[in-house]
Amino acid sequence: MITPGIIMIALLLMATTGYYLGVRRSVAAAGGRRLIRNLHSRPTYYGLLTALWCGLPAVTVFSLWQFFDTQVVAHLVISQLPAEIENLEPSHISLLLNDIRNVIARQGSLERIDPALQAAAEHYLHLQRISNTALFVTIMALSMSALVVVRSRINKGLRARNHVEGIVKGLLAVCSTIAVFTTIGIVISVLYESLRFFQAVPVTEFLFGLKWSPQMAIRSDQVGSSGAFGAVPVFAGTLLISGIAMCVSVPIGLMAAIYLSEYAGKTFRAIAKPLMEILAGVPTVVYGFFAALVVAPVIRSLGVTLGLDVASESALAAGLVMGIMIIPFVSSLSDDMINAVPQSLRDGAYSLGATRSETVKHVLLPAALPGIVGGVLLAVSRAIGETMIVVMAAGLTANLTLNPFKTVTTVTVQIVTLLVGDQEFDSPKTLAAFALGLLLFVVTLVLNVIALYVVRRYREQYE
Amino acid sequence: MNKSSVKTIDIVQKGLKRRYRVERRFRRLGLAAIAASLIFLMLLFVSILGNGYSAIWQTHMRLDVYFDPQVFKDVVVSSADYGRLVKGALRSVFPDVSGRGELRKLSAMVSSGAAFQLREMVMEDRGLIGRQSTLWVPADDDVDMFFKGRLGPESGRLTEDQLSWIDHLKERKMIRKQFNRAFFTAGDSREPELSGIRGALYGSFFTLLITLAISFPLGVGTAVYLQEFAPRNRWTDLIEVNINNLAAVPSIVFGLLGLALFLNVFGVPRSAPLAGGLVLTLMTLPTIVIAGRAALQAVPPSIREAALGVGASRMQTVLHHVLPLALPGMLTGTIIGMARALGESAPLLMIGMVAFIVDIPHGFQDPSTVLPVQIYLWADSPERAFVERTSAATMVLLAFLVIMNGLAVWLRRKFERRW
Repeated sequence: MITPGIIMIALLLMATTGYYLGVRRSVAAAGGRRLIRNLHSRPTYYGLLTALWCGLPAVTVFSLWQFFDTQVVAHLVISQLPAEIENLEPSHISLLLNDIRNVIARQGSLERIDPALQAAAEHYLHLQRISNTALFVTIMALSMSALVVVRSRINKGLRARNHVEGIVKGLLAVCSTIAVFTTIGIVISVLYESLRFFQAVPVTEFLFGLKWSPQMAIRSDQVGSSGAFGAVPVFAGTLLISGIAMCVSVPIGLMAAIYLSEYAGKTFRAIAKPLMEILAGVPTVVYGFFAALVVAPVIRSLGVTLGLDVASESALAAGLVMGIMIIPFVSSLSDDMINAVPQSLRDGAYSLGATRSETVKHVLLPAALPGIVGGVLLAVSRAIGETMIVVMAAGLTANLTLNPFKTVTTVTVQIVTLLVGDQEFDSPKTLAAFALGLLLFVVTLVLNVIALYVVRRYREQYE
Repeated sequence: MNKSSVKTIDIVQKGLKRRYRVERRFRRLGLAAIAASLIFLMLLFVSILGNGYSAIWQTHMRLDVYFDPQVFKDVVVSSADYGRLVKGALRSVFPDVSGRGELRKLSAMVSSGAAFQLREMVMEDRGLIGRQSTLWVPADDDVDMFFKGRLGPESGRLTEDQLSWIDHLKERKMIRKQFNRAFFTAGDSREPELSGIRGALYGSFFTLLITLAISFPLGVGTAVYLQEFAPRNRWTDLIEVNINNLAAVPSIVFGLLGLALFLNVFGVPRSAPLAGGLVLTLMTLPTIVIAGRAALQAVPPSIREAALGVGASRMQTVLHHVLPLALPGMLTGTIIGMARALGESAPLLMIGMVAFIVDIPHGFQDPSTVLPVQIYLWADSPERAFVERTSAATMVLLAFLVIMNGLAVWLRRKFERRW
């Protein structure tokens, strides 16, 4: 049976053959090994040109085919099934297709299979075989004809190097567009599902509603289910936790940066800076585990001794640990910004008799302020988008509160809880996650754009 | 004049003490900030090491099993009641235990994996039937925790009887700690004493392989194009802004993209390393591109000029001279990006890599999980023994990260060149 793997290997063989034929043909066109100087380019380039023409169009067809053939085969299989199945909902059809694929994957290991399903599976397999064979024939024909055409065109004057370089440059340019396509992909996928969500729940309800309990909307006969999708408490929780994180990370990070850049000796800096950067390299899931295992119980027992009512999943624990995570982020950005302030400003302050701390407070910080603000904005967007720490240490209930000892929930926690587990892609519950994701994306994007703009303007100021 | 200048210096002198005091306080504050972050770091590592080091061992109990032919009568060997053999062996140690509840508590001290171990033995060697054999089987997780001293007798997880039985076993040297092989060779399990990280390690390996195979060529290609060939126009500006923004997009958003696009539109199988690798590729790409561009920028223009001067084309200049010199820097950036991808878990939750998967994955399409997600899953489990496992898995993850980052630092040191 022809599999995509075999097709790829055959294609590779074709390209290699093309390379050798191209090289030989060019040497022959020059009139032998000794007269190679008569060629426009070195023989390698003629070989590469042939190989590229053999391979590239065929690879393009291959990927397009792979992309479409699943859908086409599925459609054909469905249309062969009894008529009542065709009228089923799309979600049921996809379930059915899954069953068929499972039957194929576990050939023989299952004993009792619905005969109709078995027949459908065989049909599916049959169609897939036809599709693969057709693909093999198409690709080989394409590759072979490219080989013949390019080979016949090789002569002394063919500017093979320029052609090859043009193709490579084109490929590099295609690589660079992936980033744009990723952004477009994010926007389209998130926006599309969000729009479906906003058909069920009005935008104003989502943005300004004060009550969030998506679990209620599972029941289809529920009265007033739209009231459960007010995202304000979720945002408030996100802001509360991010705020606590900022309260921890900005003073510590900034002071650490000032000490490292203005006071610390060379050796101290060489040891302390990498150590602090370890904090940035620890995976967030480890922080989450640390928060749930160590910090939350400590805060709870502290609260109990002080006579406070502390929830076991308090906003304080999650915020504190998130703050620790962000310290190196703030400190390395502030370090950059303080170092970017010209030495002449420091020298001026010292020559007027200012102490170091006075120089820092009255000269360096005001001068570096825009850059530091930009860095803090980047840190805020980091905190808002952080997931694992809050998933593991913060709660699920959406409380509209500013009390750090209470349980709050965040945007990312809600996205995770709504999407992990079984999903139905037409319930507002699942789609709400995408609406939250859209908001998260927009907010962080705006913060990042502002921050990058501020930082760039600031850097230019002193250059 | 003279009078007033004396006055100024007096004012300065008067304030000096206070100003120096402020200066010292400010300095101490800076030092305290650094100390605080280092203390946090230490606390993090100490708590994980302290909780996790004991997972190297697993408490095992010695059983003298008599492979009673009665048990194998009239049944296929693979589906015989091996639990009965385990119970029989325990009863021979404690002949005076009787009563249903008591017996159940006795057999609860041995892991349910013991029966599987016996089954494996018999499947391998049928000759065992009818013979006596001595073997060490894993103890139940509560016994394990108690034996390691992580669970006090007052916790209530073990009854008085069970505690006395453990003492009895200790006296007869029938219980001991031995190297915890299961942790490195087994997949996930509901029983802490049977669970291991092998499945997660394989999942991480396959996922990272996909990420590396796609993101490295794409990242290098993008960096080379933008740095060496791209014309300065709106389109390239757009690409640059996009890359910088993608580097700061929350990782969970990439998970949403993966769910909506790769899973629901392209039909990539759920929970598969393929899907995870694709999502992580999009996440790592900006890191690699930014590092790659910096590395290309560090190659001095004189190299390019020399190559162009002897008649190389621009493509030849870049591919034969600039790229090889920039490659170590690009590799450093790639390793750092891979290390970040290895520790990433949030986007993988979106594409179903959180499922409970016992089988060890053997391909890019098998359902699997990755190491950080395994940590997340275990951290959620209520059993006390899973705290130890979670910490141990964290130690393994951190060890891999240290190795990767160390490699990056070594590479940078080795190939760093001052032009």
